[in-house]
Amino acid sequence: MSRIIKFATPPTLLSFSAVGGYEERRGPLGDRFDLTDPTEKFGQKTWECAEAEMSRLALNIALGKLGISHTELDLIVAGDLQNQCVASAIGLSSFGVPYLGVYGACSTATESLAVLSLFLSQNGGMGAAVTSSHNSAAERQFRNPIEYGGQRTPTAQWTATAAGAFLLSGAPTERGVRITECMAGRMIDGGTTDATNMGAAMAFAAADSIITYFEQSKRSPTDFDYIVTGDLGAVGTRVLYELLSDKYPSVIARHLDCGNLLYDLKKRDVHSGASGCGTSAAVLSTHFLPMLSRGEIGSILLLSTGALMSPSSVLQGQNIIGIAPAIRIEGVGLRKQPQNGFAGHI
Amino acid sequence: MQGLNEKEKSAIIKKCTPKSRVVKNTLSAFFVGGGICLFAELLRRLYIYLGESEENAGIFATLSIVLIGGIFTALGIFDRLARHAGAGTLVPITGFSNSVVSSAIDSASEGYILGVGSKIFTVAGPVILYATVSGVIYGLLYYIYLSL
Repeated sequence: MSRIIKFATPPTLLSFSAVGGYEERRGPLGDRFDLTDPTEKFGQKTWECAEAEMSRLALNIALGKLGISHTELDLIVAGDLQNQCVASAIGLSSFGVPYLGVYGACSTATESLAVLSLFLSQNGGMGAAVTSSHNSAAERQFRNPIEYGGQRTPTAQWTATAAGAFLLSGAPTERGVRITECMAGRMIDGGTTDATNMGAAMAFAAADSIITYFEQSKRSPTDFDYIVTGDLGAVGTRVLYELLSDKYPSVIARHLDCGNLLYDLKKRDVHSGASGCGTSAAVLSTHFLPMLSRGEIGSILLLSTGALMSPSSVLQGQNIIGIAPAIRIEGVGLRKQPQNGFAGHI
Repeated sequence: MQGLNEKEKSAIIKKCTPKSRVVKNTLSAFFVGGGICLFAELLRRLYIYLGESEENAGIFATLSIVLIGGIFTALGIFDRLARHAGAGTLVPITGFSNSVVSSAIDSASEGYILGVGSKIFTVAGPVILYATVSGVIYGLLYYIYLSL
């Protein structure tokens, strides 16, 4: 059995949005966010509530762009980094839409889009995938108090304060940006307990999923404009290239990592890059989906990467488990004719 | 990737991981930490100049540094400084002050009893516990030494 699920009726992306914080606004994609709040509080009293508010705002903005009401949604698939995915629950409960919570650590953006696509391709209707993470909420839960003064290792990543919402329709369309395939990733031991080097731990899962996808799909990496990973960051990307350099140099040639795109790694104090499930949601929403909708690129393979661990599991000496689900996103009937032989490359 | 064993994975990670900048970190720790201690010494002299006894002046200087560390933490300056200073702000008593105040600020949203009350020493706890334990051991050894 092939592990890749090819949708008979691929769901079409109707609208998308991104909400971000201070560092995200200052990043290279900053002006493409729909909404950013430099205080990162979004009018809330706590960081946890701020994250919940971000997912609510992201979904509201995506609905607003389409000019529809939340009552037209049949399902919300959402997740975040907080315990029991409570940010999604608190932020999205007021919509009164059936809900499936998913947790894949930082791979949640891809996971939620895959799960939603499975439902919509089977049942039709309209649904939303929402993903969020908040730097301060994550610091509090996984690391030290926010105002604690410590030096971060060069491998440490900066959890993004970002949320993304994606509205998908299961109705068949002639043209549009579609999710045509999905594949669950295997859980791969990251070979380390170092929670300040999660990019490296996740790279093994990313490599495993990439190799499996191209082996099973019989496609070539050249069929894609970009092969996009979630939040490997600078160090994780290096590990990925090390793993793929022999057999898949063509993957490396078209690889981009959302964790390296969200911030200016040289200017900002974010060390190895962005992490958190908001990273790939926001970069997808501000960078890749606009390019796909404008027809500048034809298709991408998105593999958000997750580090499955808890503060306790790490202290108890358990290795970090990496995961990387994949989805293929294609623009159908949108592609512009290439000019001068090139199209869509930044 | 399931074919790789843990040792092979560690080796790849090690190869790709940049090392901490030891020289730069040590130098900034030396100068920032030294600067803090110099400032505390100036304070001590000031207190003596104002008429305090040597013993009291030392205690007041320590208390002042703790207070300043706490205020800097509350103003959100401390963590920005510590990001570059590292051990320079951690090792002097400013680090202890920061760890307590930052925990208190962080847990305030969870209430004063189960929030601040139970979480204020989450970072400073090990220091308090093991400083007390070493104090007890030192006291015992000193007692044995005296009775010999």
